[in-house]
Amino acid sequence: MAEKSEFKFTPEHEWLQVDGNTATVGITDYAAEKLGDVVYVDLPKVGSKIEAGKVVGEIESTKSVGELFAPVGGVVVESNSAVVETPELVNEDPFGAGWMIKVEVEDESQFDSPELMDEAAYKALVGE
Amino acid sequence: MTENKPIERRSPLYQLHEAAGAQFTDFAGWLMPVSYGSDLAEHHAVRTAAGIFDISHMAEIRVEGAEAAAFLDYALAGKMSSLSPMQAKYSLLLDEAAGIIDDLIVYRRGEVDFLVVANAGNHDPVVAELNSRSKGFEVSVVDESDLTALIAVQGPKAREILEATDGLSIVDGAQSLADLKYYWSTSADFKGEAVFVARTGYTGEDGFELYVGNAAAADLWKALLLAGEPLGLIPAGLASRDTLRLEAGMPLYGHELNRNVLPAQVGLAKVVHFTKEVDFVGRGAAEAGPKEGSRVLVGLASEGRRAGRAGYELYSGDQAVGEITSGALSPTLGHPIAMAMIDPLFAEIGSIVDIDVRGTRIPATVVPLPFYKREKN
Repeated sequence: MAEKSEFKFTPEHEWLQVDGNTATVGITDYAAEKLGDVVYVDLPKVGSKIEAGKVVGEIESTKSVGELFAPVGGVVVESNSAVVETPELVNEDPFGAGWMIKVEVEDESQFDSPELMDEAAYKALVGE
Repeated sequence: MTENKPIERRSPLYQLHEAAGAQFTDFAGWLMPVSYGSDLAEHHAVRTAAGIFDISHMAEIRVEGAEAAAFLDYALAGKMSSLSPMQAKYSLLLDEAAGIIDDLIVYRRGEVDFLVVANAGNHDPVVAELNSRSKGFEVSVVDESDLTALIAVQGPKAREILEATDGLSIVDGAQSLADLKYYWSTSADFKGEAVFVARTGYTGEDGFELYVGNAAAADLWKALLLAGEPLGLIPAGLASRDTLRLEAGMPLYGHELNRNVLPAQVGLAKVVHFTKEVDFVGRGAAEAGPKEGSRVLVGLASEGRRAGRAGYELYSGDQAVGEITSGALSPTLGHPIAMAMIDPLFAEIGSIVDIDVRGTRIPATVVPLPFYKREKN
């Protein structure tokens, strides 16, 4: 797993790790803890086009349902089948094995969107 | 007009929960532990060993006086005068239309001494109703909620844990834990403080609920945990309490029960004592029963892992036939379960309806309640 300082964060408590024109996306430890034990994950299919800000997946715990928002627009190039089969990975390792999807973008300037926070700004948001 | 937002209240055990890393939730104005890390682990611990819950938010109302039994027979749907001392009974507080104001547990502590335990969210209406219904009876209604902590130890190891707890002992002459039957209570002492111990609970497992004064609560919690840890006892929060009670088919006020629901609709006609010789509030309407065609409470089971949740609608074809009141992926059974209010035409065991899970129809089968029943040894 990469250093968290390389991650970008969204107000919807998701993280992105950017590599060239591709971003790996997951939910933060804060979101995972708020949800409780995750028991079901539904992710978009590989090859599907997703639009920034739209709901593209679901993350259910015993007590509630969380939505996975597309933090950027692009094409889903990978979807983490391990997390679908073993949803507890989201709680065990939200920034690593619990990743959700990889999105390839056409317009890399999306990664510089003012909506995306660095780690310090995100920590301030969740009051850590 | 300014909104009167209730102040967040804290249990006398709050600091212990905080030190244990609990995650908190606002529950009826109380800041209570929702889990201590993993609600699933807490759920499984209660099914296989034991869990300890802080439910100090519950309301405790003492009803005492020469006419206490007669008063409760009038005020509640059940016949409290038939209880023996130290016996407990599940009951309902109905309004004139037989709508459910709250579900309660009533403990007869003595000939003229009763303890009524109500839901935290209904504390105010229950206290108000009991007070107004007490007029003309020789009885006092005293709200002891603020003085009383309530600790539940639930699970197959519960008795062993209580027996191993340092400083906790049954009062001489009172019923031993080994002989204490379900829905009976006994008197204990913890380091000089009185503890009222009841074999009741809200998890579908064997277990006990311990009523104790606020001042001794933290020490009692620590002593129980210390004795229980080698037996698998862990602290458990409200998230697991909810999945446990759902598996056990126990209704939750605000979900299965509310003012617009009559006891007969939710399988609780048995709690209403229709042959009671005295009048009681709601009797006429309860006897008349719900309007024909009124929805009734059923259990639903489905396959896969996507659970229907409270508020999700049920369909048969294009016809809306019901609504889920509580639902989750059952941690014990491994498939989704739900309680739902459904049109009587679809209430038969084996009948199949569709749950609208956020736009996707998932078939579910009506099954008997409870979903889970412990093996009695």
